[in-house]
Formats: sequence, C-alpha cells, structure tokens
Amino acid sequence: MKSQITAGGALLASALLLTACGTAGNGGGGDTGGMPTELGEKEGAVSILAWPGYVEDGSNDPAVDWVSGFEELTGCEVTVKTFGTSDEALNLMKSGEYDVVSASGDASLRLVAAGDVAPVNVDLLENYDGIFDFLKNQSWNSVDGQPYGVPHGYGANLLMWNTDIFPGGLDSWSAVFDDAGQNSGAVTAYDSPIYIADAAVYLMATQPDLGIENPYALDETQLAAAVDLLKAQRQHIGEYWSDYLKEIQAFETGDSVVGTTWQVIQNSITTGNTEVYLPKEGATGWSDTWMISSQSEHPNCAYAWLDWIASPETNATATAYFGEAPSSQEACNFRDDCEAYHAGDAEYASQIWYWSTPIKECLDGRTDVECTDYAQWTAAWQEIKG
Amino acid sequence: MTTATSARRLSVALSSRPRTRLGLLLGAPLLWLGLVYIAALAALLITAFWTTDTFTGQVRTEWTLDNIITVLTGSLYHTVTLRTLGIAVLVTVVDIVIALPIAYFMAKVASPRLRYALVIAVLMPLWASYLVKAYAWRSVLSEGGIVDWALRPFGLDGPGYGLPAVIMTLAYLWLPYVILPIFAGLERVPDSLLEASGDLGAKAGRTFFQVVLPILTPSIIAGAIFSFSLSLGDYITVNIVGGANQLLGNLVYTNIGTANNLPLAAAVALIPVVIMSVFLLAVRRTGALDNL
Repeated sequence: MKSQITAGGALLASALLLTACGTAGNGGGGDTGGMPTELGEKEGAVSILAWPGYVEDGSNDPAVDWVSGFEELTGCEVTVKTFGTSDEALNLMKSGEYDVVSASGDASLRLVAAGDVAPVNVDLLENYDGIFDFLKNQSWNSVDGQPYGVPHGYGANLLMWNTDIFPGGLDSWSAVFDDAGQNSGAVTAYDSPIYIADAAVYLMATQPDLGIENPYALDETQLAAAVDLLKAQRQHIGEYWSDYLKEIQAFETGDSVVGTTWQVIQNSITTGNTEVYLPKEGATGWSDTWMISSQSEHPNCAYAWLDWIASPETNATATAYFGEAPSSQEACNFRDDCEAYHAGDAEYASQIWYWSTPIKECLDGRTDVECTDYAQWTAAWQEIKG
Repeated sequence: MTTATSARRLSVALSSRPRTRLGLLLGAPLLWLGLVYIAALAALLITAFWTTDTFTGQVRTEWTLDNIITVLTGSLYHTVTLRTLGIAVLVTVVDIVIALPIAYFMAKVASPRLRYALVIAVLMPLWASYLVKAYAWRSVLSEGGIVDWALRPFGLDGPGYGLPAVIMTLAYLWLPYVILPIFAGLERVPDSLLEASGDLGAKAGRTFFQVVLPILTPSIIAGAIFSFSLSLGDYITVNIVGGANQLLGNLVYTNIGTANNLPLAAAVALIPVVIMSVFLLAVRRTGALDNL
C-alpha cells in the first residue's frame, strides 16, 4: 500500500510540475525601459546559472576559486547552479530564480526574444572597455546595437580520443563519422540538437556539392544530409553525453574512446590516456555571454558579478580553467597559454562556427530558400536517436 | 481553561454529528484527490492541445490537434512506444520469475525468524536512493567492471550499456515491489491445500501450477502493476545505463528540457497514461486490485 502511495505521489508531483509550467506566458523582448542608469546598494546575494567550470568556489578543487574574492569584495553571497545544455539553461531561466546566466549563442537570442534577460548598461561596468572588439555587439549578444551582456570567453568543441586505441592521434572528424564503425559502440557525441551543426561542419569539408555555407543555416536538403550522416553514426554510438561528468567517467573507464568534447573535460580526466585536437575540418564552438535576468531580484549584485568576471585576472583564471580563450587582451597577462587558444586572433576566432540558434531566415544570407529552424532540428535530433 | 472547555464542547458537538465528523475526516484527502490530483491530470490533457512558439518556447493557448496527430502518426513515437512497452513487459517478467521462488521460500519454507529477516532484507534496498543504485549499476556494467571481470574467465564480455542493462537495472530496482505482494498472497494460501494436493499424488510442479498459481494470480498481477507502471515512466535509468537509447520518458523529458515544447511533451505523456488505463481495466476483472 505504501509503495502505491509513493508511486501515486510521484505521478502527482510530476503532474503538478507540468501544470505549474502549463500556464501560457506572454512573450516580451526588446524592452529596454528597465535598464538601470546607476548602481545602488548591493543586495547581499546573487544566484548564478552557469556552464560547469565557469563559477568555481573551491568546492570542486580548493585551489580553483574565483568566487570567494568576489564575495569578500562585494558582500554578495553566490549560489551557483550548473547546466549541461543550452536548452536546459533556457528552461531554468524561465523560472526567474536566477539573476545571472552564462549563455551561449544558441540560447542568448532566444532568452532575449522570450524576455527572460534584460539589456545591460555597459557604461556601469568598468571592465567592459578592455574586452576584444570582435566579441562586442555581435549577433548573439546584442540586439540593434544594444548589448545584452558581457562576453566571457570562446572556444571550440574538440575531438577527443583514447590514446590506447589511437596511438597515432587523429586530425579529422571522420573518426566519429565515416570511420566510426572501427570503434562501434564506443563512439560518443553531444546530446543536443545543436550537434547537427557538427555534422554540417564535416559535410562542408567532405561534401561541398551540398553547398553548406554556414552550419546553422541548413535548408531541407542539407538538413536531411546531416541527419543521414548522424543516423549512420547512431549505429556506432555507445552513449550520448550532456552531463560532462558522465563523459569524464565514460572516457576513464574506456566505455567511450572517441568523440566530441570540451577542453575542461580533458583537463578533468585523471587517467591520462586521452588527447584532444581541433580537427582540420574546423569545429563548432561557443562564444558565451554573461546576461542578467529580467526578473532579477539582485540587479546590483548581478552587475557586480558581470564586472568581476570581466576583470582581467578573474576572466583569465576562469577561462584558463575551462580551457577557452579569454575575453580581453589584459587577461592574457595573467595566463601563459593565450597563444594556444589564439586569444585575440580575430581571424582564427572567425573560423570557429559559434553556436547560434537556427532560424527560418537563413543565417548565411540566402533568401531563395527557407532554412530549418531549431524546432525542426529538435524533431530531427529525436528522430536520429530513434 | 477556556481552550479545554471549547475543545470539549467541540468533541461533544462532533460526537452527536457522525456526518460532520466523517466530512471533516475525509475532506482534506478528498480535496487533495479531486482538486490537486484530477485537476493536474486534466491540465496535462489540456496542455496537449495547445501549441508553442518555436523560437522562444512560450506556450500559446491556441487549440490544435497537431501534437496528438504527431504522436499518433510519427514513426519515432511508434518505435519508442514499442521499445518502452517491451522493456516494461520484460522487466515485469524477469521480476516475477525471480520473485516467485523467493516469495515461496519466505512464505512456506523459512522459519518465522528467517522469514522476518528475509522481509527486512527485501525491503532494505528501498532505503537507498534510486540514483545511487542506478549509478552503482553503471559502474557494475562499465567496461572492465564487475560483470566484465566475472565473465572474462568464460571468454565472455559484459552486456555494456544498452537495453539489456536497462532491463537488469530496472528489474533490480522494482524487485521488492513485486516480491512483497506475491509473498503476502502466498502467506494466505493454506498449507493444508498443498498437503492435500500432495496426498492425492500431485508432484511439486503440478501442485504449483494447478493449486498455488491460480490462487496467486491476483497477487502476481498486483506486483506486475508496480513493475510495469514504474518501468513505463522511467527515464533516468535509461540515461545512466541505457547507452544511446531513449524511452517514452526521455521523449517527454527532452520535449520539455530541450525542445521547450510542453504541449508535445504532454501529448507524449498521454501514451503511458492510455497504456496504463487499458492495463488496469484489463486486470480489474481478475480481482488483482483487491490485493494492492
């Protein structure tokens, strides 16, 4: 009887959850009325939604901590929640519980359109001026010239392999696409519709006839080609990952031996038999933006966090830990590996296909066809997983 | 002393009004059941007929049948529904096959002291968190894990992550829920029936199939309801040990978490609701629901 009650309770709880979300919202967006012109008293707390490795307070590794300094300086107590995919972030931001979010390009515009984030008065941020110009006022962090946040760092989705299986190393994504069969059942891929763009990047190099100019601007035929490629890959996938801890474990045990990854995962693997590389076909990547919730109850602490994380030393520490290029030249004074990440190299940065949300109007400027949007990508992704 | 007298007055008033007493007693749970439980399910049903803004993920209250049609006609949903059903059925079968001898031993063979020890042992895993147990299976089944290690001397490999791993893990997770009703049912089978069957010349197997099993069927179905319904809605285990596979629960989860498409998620969530309704209606005739 008791177990019946528990099962019923679980069902009820989930049903409640659904109803709670079941109310329709009214989409706003582009509202610049609420932008503060000066900062007030700090509220004593700030709630941050961040990619893993972006907000480290020493609890994962006592030596890695750039939160305590902020708390001492501003008196704002930091609570942090991490997320595994942009979609998760988007959903969590709708709760209004978070003041600040580190949004990638495939989330930022959707956050703006949904009215979940507020425009940012960058004049209030001391460290905004020092940020690379090629990161400012980009399509994924501003609307009509109005910044919606502060650039954080950028990097590429890398190819990772087990050096016991590939002693000679790898330089091409073919290891996870055309040659995936060689390690059938031990290939891994990122579990998000945005991974379709990775297939598109590979197709740009291997099937130029398809005419893909931008992996986020795929018409029906191009999407179908990417889907076919991913369906073929699906036969050899051991597991998809979105939880980076799961990927770390899978590579450590050898359940996964080749697949897409982040530098931070490579840095976290303790067995030492993995390597990463940015393959010759190019790669997808991210350019992240710290944004402030439109429902923030701690806007002053939120601005303080944006300024803190953009300051050269903190930015250098945080981006070095995650394994990405920092957002300013001064930050390189606090890092010795800036060249490896091509920091400030606008030419190199332009070769990474930064995550952005696919929409109907083709991002590559084509007007003769309609491109596939994120909803179609999501449906396609579920179809691929089968 | 006024509170004592007012409490007394209340109790005097209530003792002479049995209907008010009953109303007060049942009011809260009925409100819970009616408003919260039924209303939540109704809201789920209604949401399935709404639509969503594909760019921002906001739900729009425009009535449409699109989600239902997508779920009914999409080959993806057919495949995943069949896979989920298959898993739920297999988990249930595995659980019943394991639970029957254990429950029989507990109810009919073990001494009273051993019986209570066994009941506690069966219940013990329920004290640990679901996630801990699922992750434990992840490391048990991992490359070079315990299963691999145990099978290696025989020249075999472990199943790795995938649907067999999901079935094993779910069968383990729900086993106590299947053992307990079968054990309770067996306890009610009088020993005299078994002895009479033996006296009349039936062997153990025949006694089991012709005497015990018919009496036990409602209890088995009661256990099956637990393992079947719990497997039908699970999405966490398959994420942890299921490799690249997805079940209905994952489609609901990704439609909410990834696609931000709550109406489609609600439509998908109706599939297990329908399956369970059919299942429960079918077993109601067997009297199994009296055994819960």
